[in-house]
Amino acid sequence: MQTRRIRWHIVVFLAPAVLVYTGVMIFPLFNTLRLALFTEVDQTRVYVGIQNFRTLFFDPIWSEQFWNALGNNFWFFLIHMLVQNPIGIALAAILSHPRLRFAALYRSAIFIPTILSFVIVGFAWKLILSPLWGIAPSMLDAIGLKSLFAPWLGKEEYALTTLALVSVWQFVGIPMMLIYAALLSIPEEILEAGEIDGITGASAFWKIKLPLILPSIGIISILTFVGNFNAFDLIYVSQGALAGPDFSTDILGTFMYRTFFGFQLQLGDPHMGSAIAGAMFAIILVGVCIYLFGIQTRMRRYQL
Amino acid sequence: MNKARQNPLNTAAMHGALILYTLIALFPVFVIIINSFKTRRAIFREPLALPDSESFSLIGYQTVMKQGDFFLYFQNSMIVTVVSLTFILLFGAMAAFALSEYRFKGNLLMGLYLALGIMIPIRIGTVAILEMMVATGLVNTLWALILVYTAQGLPLAVFILSEFMRQVSDDLKDAGRVDGLSEYTIFFRLVLPLVRPAMATVAVFNMIPIWNDLWFPLILAPAEETKTLTLGSQVFIGQFVTDWNAVLSALSMAILPVLVLYVIFSRQLIRGITSGAVK
Repeated sequence: MQTRRIRWHIVVFLAPAVLVYTGVMIFPLFNTLRLALFTEVDQTRVYVGIQNFRTLFFDPIWSEQFWNALGNNFWFFLIHMLVQNPIGIALAAILSHPRLRFAALYRSAIFIPTILSFVIVGFAWKLILSPLWGIAPSMLDAIGLKSLFAPWLGKEEYALTTLALVSVWQFVGIPMMLIYAALLSIPEEILEAGEIDGITGASAFWKIKLPLILPSIGIISILTFVGNFNAFDLIYVSQGALAGPDFSTDILGTFMYRTFFGFQLQLGDPHMGSAIAGAMFAIILVGVCIYLFGIQTRMRRYQL
Repeated sequence: MNKARQNPLNTAAMHGALILYTLIALFPVFVIIINSFKTRRAIFREPLALPDSESFSLIGYQTVMKQGDFFLYFQNSMIVTVVSLTFILLFGAMAAFALSEYRFKGNLLMGLYLALGIMIPIRIGTVAILEMMVATGLVNTLWALILVYTAQGLPLAVFILSEFMRQVSDDLKDAGRVDGLSEYTIFFRLVLPLVRPAMATVAVFNMIPIWNDLWFPLILAPAEETKTLTLGSQVFIGQFVTDWNAVLSALSMAILPVLVLYVIFSRQLIRGITSGAVK
């Protein structure tokens, strides 16, 4: 075989992306996992193996917060799966109806909350739900349901669910758009063939379209999962780093922020923070693997 | 087309459902904006009424202008977003070209390596990123944010752009090679102009998350002179929590730039999503 000279242009084309990506993303990621195995004693770094993780999972002071945050995070994710994605699919199904007028207008309007920052969304809903201002109670009063009103964000039992629903309100546009795209790519012939067999309207959706868009629903689920398990901003903006009332809205993102950055009287502890990041990494990795190997490969794909 | 799928009752129900959801989606934004133009008394007395000659007031905006440095924040956000997008597009397109055009050892592996970051959020590495930025003195500079957002945006950019670059005709590039063009000229002069639509899609996908991010500005660049608009409005609103005029005005001012961007780019964004760029 001939000895090939190095084709320098390939190196030049790849170098900037690979360097920035490796230096700012991959290297810190592994460095964080490595830092989780250390602790600080008298201002020097000491290797302690998996001691930090043992503290996180079993030490009563830490583990109570950790399992609380993890449980809250799963609830947060569950609400997104049960509310956001079905609404998104339903809206997409309606929007993709042929010859629906103003479809583009609806689509753009419903997507607007998704482009707003958490700061805007968090504060706007905080004001609207505030008993001081009284928009929410007076609107409930108008439909005769005033007795249902409570300061939802201030009550331990409702706060997390309320915030999850606010987040659903914000992000419904994403499943809507992705499912809408998937529905548009279904060829007309398939639907017409179904019509000849007498399958129209709702049954066409359940029997023909839904099986065809299952792969997109899979993608949405994993995007929701990853997004929810590194969520932070909305909780921080509306409830602060302490994720009140009484940590009832604490999720892994806020827990990690508090731990490694410190707040009020607690000093930041980068090593425990890294341990929490490690746990988050493991959870996301497990989720992504379940999706890639458990769901995506088994899902029947139809050649369209 | 077929009549079987058209039915006036159905159509009305569909419009009803869409209008209802559109109202739910827009109502909070609407309430915030109209109340930002009202006096404090009117805000509380009739929160749902439009401002009229009696209740109209700009007091909130005046407070915001006096107290917050919103022009600086806006400028910081602008710099961070534009420079990050430029790097993402340039570096991403270069890497995508290398991966889709040349056959070399480790091509597939390199592609997989770069794609890893699509699913793993960069926030997981925050502790080490902060440590690195402190060590290099980049903390509290806009460069820290630009580097992080570039790294965060590259994986998806490379993935989408290399899909598109595979579709560029080989004959065109070979013709260029016969004419003696260098590989760099082929990339910049022949290929880049052809994948412009895909580049626009990547830009729009990355723009909004970068502009809206709170996590990294909070951790890497919280100094007054490097605050982004998102962090700046968060801090401002936190301080003025009881001044409802100021809070509502600050919120409206934060909504405005994103809305303008959205109106300009929404067609591009929707076309990008629906063309299957993210399959």
